[in-house]
Order: sequence, then structure tokens, then C-alpha cells
Amino acid sequence: MPADLVTGNVPQTQQGPNSEEPVVVFEDVSITFDIKPVLQNISFTVHRGETRIILGPAGGGKSVLMKLVNGLIRPDSGTIRVFGEDVTHMRENDLFKLRARIGMVFQESALFDSLSVEDNVAYRLHEDQVPEEEAHKRVIEALRFVELEHTIAKFPSELSGGMRRRVSIARAIIAKPDLILYDSPTGGLDPITSTTIVELVIKQRDVTHTTSLVITHRLQDAFLLARHYFNQQTGKIEPIPDNGIDPSTKFLVLNEGRVVFDGTTQELVHSTDPWLREYLS
Amino acid sequence: MPLVSPEIFAKQTIASIQDYSILCWRAISNLFSRPRYWADIYTQMDSIGVGSMPIVVLTGFFTGCVLALQSATSLQEFGSVSLTGNLVALSMVKELGPVLTGLMVSGRNASGMASEIGSMKVTEQIDAMRALGTDPVRKLVTPRLYATVFMLFFLTIVSDAVGIAGGALVSVTLMGLNASSYFHNSYRALQYGDVVQGLTKPLFSGFIIATVGCFFGMTTKGGTQGVGKATTQAVVYSSVFIIIVDFIVSRAMIGIFGR
Repeated sequence: MPADLVTGNVPQTQQGPNSEEPVVVFEDVSITFDIKPVLQNISFTVHRGETRIILGPAGGGKSVLMKLVNGLIRPDSGTIRVFGEDVTHMRENDLFKLRARIGMVFQESALFDSLSVEDNVAYRLHEDQVPEEEAHKRVIEALRFVELEHTIAKFPSELSGGMRRRVSIARAIIAKPDLILYDSPTGGLDPITSTTIVELVIKQRDVTHTTSLVITHRLQDAFLLARHYFNQQTGKIEPIPDNGIDPSTKFLVLNEGRVVFDGTTQELVHSTDPWLREYLS
Repeated sequence: MPLVSPEIFAKQTIASIQDYSILCWRAISNLFSRPRYWADIYTQMDSIGVGSMPIVVLTGFFTGCVLALQSATSLQEFGSVSLTGNLVALSMVKELGPVLTGLMVSGRNASGMASEIGSMKVTEQIDAMRALGTDPVRKLVTPRLYATVFMLFFLTIVSDAVGIAGGALVSVTLMGLNASSYFHNSYRALQYGDVVQGLTKPLFSGFIIATVGCFFGMTTKGGTQGVGKATTQAVVYSSVFIIIVDFIVSRAMIGIFGR
């Protein structure tokens, strides 16, 4: 854990989460696969504009939690509300409408390998029957955001792992969602590429203030998110002045299917929980 | 293969039948509500119908040839070699055309569907599709189902036609039969009930090929090994179901038309 985080300030670098209706609410959610409990009595709330980093060792149920938010799987017990709607009891057809407001970046990108980068990124627009010219313009815009305009005519198999992940981000943000779910966006990537991906997450957070859930098991990525901001004047990612910490970034730490920590960056670094201290060290 | 208790086996089987039935119902009913993926239906028609044409033509033609060869040899003993046309036409139209076409298309397309959808499943592309607000059954299964049922009907007609033509070639060139007499006998042998029977079967076979192929694809688990297993199961199950349903339809048609 970086030492300066312990003494870090919390400057108001941007608008923090407001007191409106929460975007994601988990209430006592549990799920078991076969006989193995994957998540047990999970409860937490994500407010509008918040970036919630979900930390924890591999196999702790982080990806399952992300799929539960999107209604891709249903819990055995408990309630999950997204934008105030109970996704645990929603019909699949209604979930499709709700998912139009959610962008998701998958662990292994999950790009459609038979479609070009342009068709992948424009997938949702094509489904919504957006005119071709408008769709193309928005694809260029989204690819410019992830700095991959030149790959527009390529196929996923022609891209590197990091590029695929960036295309996946472009696909998730093209419809300007109200909630973005990043399922281990840096998993399996080298440190330099991971930093590029995290910088894109920061840029998205600070440009659009979209509520997001970010799974990672790399502490350096998590703290990079907490301590940096996107400077719109210079167009670069820079450390928050005076060892500042982004107020909209909060943490949820999972271990063996249970919530170990739920709170701000400051609370996390000052936690006295022995497991947490060992995990962060 | 691990042994499981009869109770678990029964539960798994019933759960699979339930899932299969739900998939079939959703695949059929999706065409009656929006959005409809017509472009995907036409693409699948091209892939399944036009793509299967060479194997269907070759299989049908040589089946007709060998049928004529075998039946003419037997009929010669009874002095009825002129009835070769009747036998080839009836066998091709009522039985061999629909069944062989179904089996060939099953081998080519049920496996293709299972492996394509299975690969999408294990690489999370199906989940990505759902996350992007698209119903994978509507987008992937419904077009394949309607395309297969529609195209298999016409592929069977093609198979019947080239089978009778193959029989004619053998009868005329090797058996010395008169071509006009062969075609005349073939035409006279076929009655309304025979044609209805022969053209009802591909509707069932097409349904089996698409739903079984897609079901095993959609339920694929366990990475590339799982995709291989799903592909094999799709071909085996669809082939066996085609033959079983062929028997049931034949019995029902004989009951209705009396032949």
C-alpha cells in the first residue's frame, strides 16, 4: 500500500456522489453453485456518480457479483435493485430493456469474433436501428476515446489482448450508459497495458461521471484509480494534487464470498482488520 | 464417464427435457414478436440450404443409383425389371430422400450450430449479447430453426429428384431399360399420400436438427473440450431423433393415407 495514501487528503476535485436514489443496492444476497457457496449475505449500496472498486483475491466471487448486477445470473436469496428496479424477479425481456442503460466490459473482452471492430462497437446501435451514418460517427468517437481509431476495419483476432479490452470499453460506452461494469479490465495484461486501461477508466469516470463498478485484484490499479484524475486541459491522467484521493471512488473488498470491507479509500487504508492489513501490505 | 445415482440421473434428464422444451417454445414463438432478425434468417438459409446442396445432391444421386442397381438385380429374378422405376421413386420419395437428407444436413449443420454457439458460450459472447440487450435465443436460435425447416423441405425435393435421376441413369445405361418407361412408371407409382409423407418428414427433421444443435450449443460447459462434446452430442442425438421421428411419422401417415 502506498505510504502517502495513509496521510492523503480528500479534495473536492470533482462532484462526489449525491444523495439521490442509489444506482445499485444489494440486500443480503447469497448464491451457491452446486454445493459451494460463492457469495454469502452480500449487502452494499452504490450511489450515483460513484466508482466502486471491488477488490479481493481470485475466486472470491467478484465476477459472479458483477453478473448478478446485470441480471445475467440470479441469486438464490436476497434482493438486488438496479436503478430502483428489482432485477432478482424481473422477466428476461424486461431485463433486456434495463441492460440498455448498463455497459459491461467482460474479463476476456467477449468481443464477437465474427464481427469487425466497427460492428462490435456499433452492435447496440445496430440493434436500436440507428442510421448507418450516425452509427459510424459514434463508433469513430468511441474508438477515438480508447485511441484505437485505426483498428476500425480489423477483426478481434487481429488485435492484442490490451487492444481487445479497449475495444470492449468502446463497445460498453458507445450507448452512453448510466452504469458501467468493468469485470477485471486489467486481468491477464502486462503492467503497462493495465495502466493504459485504468487510465481509460479514470478518463471515463472524470469526463462523464458515470456510476461504475470496477473489479480488480491488482492493488496498484485500485490505488491508481483512487489517486489520479483526468486533466481535461492537458488531456492527461495526473495525480490528484496534495496527495488527494478521489471522493467518488470507494472500495468493496470480498474474501471467500463475504464482504470484508465496504467504505472509502481513507477507511480502507486505516482499517485495523488483520486480514485486510495483510492483504493490502 | 463418472457414474451417478439413478435419482440424480433422472433429475438431470428431466431438467434437460424441460430446458429443451423451453428453448423450442421460445425459438418458435419469437418469430411472432419484434424484433425479428430477417437478415440472420436469410444468412442461415444460405449457409444451411445452399451450403448443404453439394452433399445432398451427391448423396441423393448415388443412393438412387445403388437403389436401382440392387432392386433391378432382384426384380430380374421375377421378370419385373420394368418396375425398377416404381421402386426407386417410392423408396426415394417416401423414405430415403427425407431420411438421408436429414442425416446429412444433421451431420453438417447440427454440428456446426453446436460448435458455433458453444464457442460463443464458453468465450462469454452469449453473456455479452445478453448484456448488450439482445436475446440470444431470438438472435441465434430462431433464425437457425426457421431457416433449417424451410430449406430442408426444398433440399429433400432436390434429393428425391436427383435420386430418381440417378436411378434412371443406372436403369438406362446398365440395365438397358427404356428411359421413358422408367419415368412413366416412377410417376405412376407415386400417389398423393406418398408425396405428403415424404414432404412432412423434413419439417420434423429440420426442427430436430436446429433445436438439438442449438440446445447443445447453448448448454455448452467446460471450454474447448466442452465444445467438442456438445458437437458430438448434437450430431448423435439429432441423428437418432430423426430416425425415431421418421418411424413415428411413417406410422401416422400410413394410418392416415393407408399406404
